[in-house]
Amino acid sequence: MKEFLLGKLTDQSLPHEWFTIGGTIGFILLPIAVLAILVRIKGWKWLWGEWLTSVDPKRIGIMYFIVAGFMLVRGGLDALMVWLQQALAPSTAVLGAAHGYLSADHFQQIFTAHGNIMVFFVAMGFVFGLINYIVPLQIGARDLASPFLNTLGFWLYVGGVLMVNMFFGLGGEYAATGWLAVAPLSDLQFSPGVGVDYWIWSLQISGIGTTLAGINFIMTILKMRAPGMTLWKMPLFTWGSLCSMIMVVAVFPLLTATLFLMFFDRYFGMHFFTTTLGGNAMMYTNLIWMWGHPEVYVLVLPAFGIFSEVVATYSRKAIASYGSQVIAMFGVTLFALSVWLHHFFTMGAGADVNAFFGVMTMVIAIPTSVLMFGWIATMHKGRIKFTLPMMWFLGFVGIFAIGGMSGVVLAVPPADFQLHNSLFLVAHFHSNVIGGVLFGIFAGINYWFPKFAGFRLNERIGRQAFWCWIVGFCLSFIPMYILGIMGATRRLDHYDPSTGWQPFYIMMFIGGLIIAVGVALQIVQVIASAIQKRQLVDTTGDPWDGRTLEWATASPPPSYNMAVIPNITTRDPLVEFKKNGFPKQPYEDIHMPYNTASGIYIAACAFATCFALVWHINWLAVAGLVGVVVCFIARTFNDKTEYTVTAKEIEKLEYDREEADRAKKPEPGEDMSLWEFIKIAVAWALGLIGLKRRAHGN
Amino acid sequence: MSKHRKQTSVRTIAWRIVLGLGGLTVVMVSLMRGNNIALFNSRGMIAHEQRQLMIHIVVILLVIAIPSLFLLYFTAWKYRESNVKPPRSSKAPGKHSRMLVSTIWLIPSLFALVLALIMWPAAHTLDPKHTIDPGTQPLTIQVVSMRWKWVFIYPEQHIATVNFVQIPEHTPVKFMLTADEAPMSSFWIPNLGGQLYSMTGHQNQLNLVGDMQGDYTGSSAEINGAGFADMKFTARVSPRDAFDFWVSDVKLSGNKLNEAEYQKLLKPSQNNPPTFYAAVDSDLYDKVLMKYMSSMGEDAYMTDMGNHE
Repeated sequence: MKEFLLGKLTDQSLPHEWFTIGGTIGFILLPIAVLAILVRIKGWKWLWGEWLTSVDPKRIGIMYFIVAGFMLVRGGLDALMVWLQQALAPSTAVLGAAHGYLSADHFQQIFTAHGNIMVFFVAMGFVFGLINYIVPLQIGARDLASPFLNTLGFWLYVGGVLMVNMFFGLGGEYAATGWLAVAPLSDLQFSPGVGVDYWIWSLQISGIGTTLAGINFIMTILKMRAPGMTLWKMPLFTWGSLCSMIMVVAVFPLLTATLFLMFFDRYFGMHFFTTTLGGNAMMYTNLIWMWGHPEVYVLVLPAFGIFSEVVATYSRKAIASYGSQVIAMFGVTLFALSVWLHHFFTMGAGADVNAFFGVMTMVIAIPTSVLMFGWIATMHKGRIKFTLPMMWFLGFVGIFAIGGMSGVVLAVPPADFQLHNSLFLVAHFHSNVIGGVLFGIFAGINYWFPKFAGFRLNERIGRQAFWCWIVGFCLSFIPMYILGIMGATRRLDHYDPSTGWQPFYIMMFIGGLIIAVGVALQIVQVIASAIQKRQLVDTTGDPWDGRTLEWATASPPPSYNMAVIPNITTRDPLVEFKKNGFPKQPYEDIHMPYNTASGIYIAACAFATCFALVWHINWLAVAGLVGVVVCFIARTFNDKTEYTVTAKEIEKLEYDREEADRAKKPEPGEDMSLWEFIKIAVAWALGLIGLKRRAHGN
Repeated sequence: MSKHRKQTSVRTIAWRIVLGLGGLTVVMVSLMRGNNIALFNSRGMIAHEQRQLMIHIVVILLVIAIPSLFLLYFTAWKYRESNVKPPRSSKAPGKHSRMLVSTIWLIPSLFALVLALIMWPAAHTLDPKHTIDPGTQPLTIQVVSMRWKWVFIYPEQHIATVNFVQIPEHTPVKFMLTADEAPMSSFWIPNLGGQLYSMTGHQNQLNLVGDMQGDYTGSSAEINGAGFADMKFTARVSPRDAFDFWVSDVKLSGNKLNEAEYQKLLKPSQNNPPTFYAAVDSDLYDKVLMKYMSSMGEDAYMTDMGNHE
């Protein structure tokens, strides 16, 4: 009976080691506490009605940022733990470990979680947040093709986030297999615990959400552009997003299928990837990389788009060789689908196959270089403002160039035999993912923040954060390249002191700490800007003298994005409007979707099913599945999904907003420095505990 | 936004970057001294050629990357706001000449072509299966990776070892790689050449040669479970006569790698010391391979089930 009710769950599954207890408190109870505080301050109704059930892509975008930001801290802590272990390992042993402070198994779980979290829940989260917020504005759409799919996709992503943290509370183990859970290591024979099951279901649930989002954005971009905006006039960020979403739809079903096969192996004892009874682990490697390689480009293409927007805006010039840029992005999309085998030249496929995939990989370098040259041509004869997004761009170029070059070296099969699975490889993809994707995200957030919040971000602290990232990056990843050349393989929890690697690992850890300071400064940057928002306020909706449509509406935009959808005649519509006047057209009735909780319910049922399958609680799995179907059907019976904002109401809303904006005169003042922020924070904290009377008496 | 503190000039920043990178280089180089820079410290022909290939590719890449990066940063600096007069006139977006477009496509394409032309033949001559010297009879060594140790079988010498392999110098060696009851592992001796996976029910062939005497560390480069970090072995390259002497020495040791001994090895264990076997069942390696191939691995399934009971 107990086994029927609880499956494999026992009281042994509850947290009983220091890291599971810490993780439970940090990553499960802390968010719950934050939610509780929000509810207490603003009320459940506000949180539920305005945010959690929202179908507004702008609100969903912000929620993506919050979850992804939280996960960045979580994944970053994992990175520091990994580096600390490697820095300590050859000389110290504490906390009962044979080397360093972690057991080999625990260490392997941490880097696996780090990889999964950073790729699926940080990079994907931020990229989807940006696409959600900006793409509809850029193409002049009021919402998405399917607002409901969008909220469902977001909540499935949250389900994945919960699942990846769930093991702290129940089970106490995550996959110890590396971020792609290579078979047969991930099969029942070698990984009998629930860790790999948590891995399967956290990827599965968020991956399905990603597929839905991909379909939704392709529909939106192809069908909902403003009149006159042909594909050839679309902004480059939208192009990057479109390419990325096409790739999502092409490869994510592959991930879903592969994960199901792995699940069948583990749950029903089938033999797709096992060592025995005809299972073929090499097939798993193929399938997972057929998805895994394009996945990286899913992340980097929107980032390329962001850089194109940033460079054009701050150079105050139209993007040069627009056509080449678009073709280059499309080229990357196509070629990215035919290079996956370079991840396992070392499996022994033979010279012809290896050479073919090596050449295909090099071909990708061509469109990437074209993008780079396009940015140079855009800056040429411009008038460049070195704002923060531009700084991130300049940082990106240097680091991405290193990552790209090391990538080409790795694409040469004979060189790859020496470099594969070494730290050189790890340094390579971190250069591309941090330098390309993450810096792109940071550039995008700094660039569009006024649009999100109605005020700019603090430049001073932002710059300090930028330099922390750059210095920290060099200090951690340059030694990593060197270690690879010295023959250090990745994922070592300890190594022989005679190798002389330890000083490099220590440098990497120090670099990691500097990056952590950078992340802390970025959090401070947002808080300091919020404190100072009267000085940093953006009343025009166009703080950077922008060129594309998202700057043509207020900051933050009303729920319907823009009252009048203009006719588009050029690639930089806003430049033309600023010259010839914004087309004043009569207001029209707008149809807007109602908020819906269906997405949450469906995702919750899906989460229950996945959780049940991790622990073999069959009744709950069936119940969850039934719940998903019932919620879907119930949703289809809901006819009241849209409401109308009449032209009159819009006129009043627009008038009120303009009045309000006019009243908000920006106060003079400089961006707060870090020191000033610390003083304010300390005073606030002292006030909170009653040590210091409110000095100003208001 | 309008009021600005005095900003650090680009020149100062550039100097700081140069100094920082310079300092980092000095620190790195001094830390590297005296250690085994495995990929540059090639001790065999294959490793040497792989190193040369890497260096050639990097040089070619730098030829395009350094000027491009310089151009980018120079353009950014030259057209900085304070250096350009406010707009002369709001020009229409300039039509970009065909020249520009074809140049930015042509240059990277040319470089990619050059790289591909270097890579294609190299991928064939340096393919792991490629026989190093058709004139010399290579020494065959059968390798079985297990959790978490390497078993080496010398079929011609009829000896076997664990976590230690000795080879005569200047003699091509053909490693036949497979695995038993272990996840994928990767057989890698960086000083002698690149790695290749060992997998159950599958045979991979890796041709290497040692040209300088010495002891080199080999390891599993691919993660394969809890004992992964300790799955190391020593590869000793010695003169021919020293190798022959070592073989006869091992033959005197009296240990025998028979079925019973093999089953003991199969049990997962970590940090195994080098072990030597004076004799080995001649069909052991084939049995390991066939265990997974006969009726698609039913035998392996049976032993696996047996182990779990």
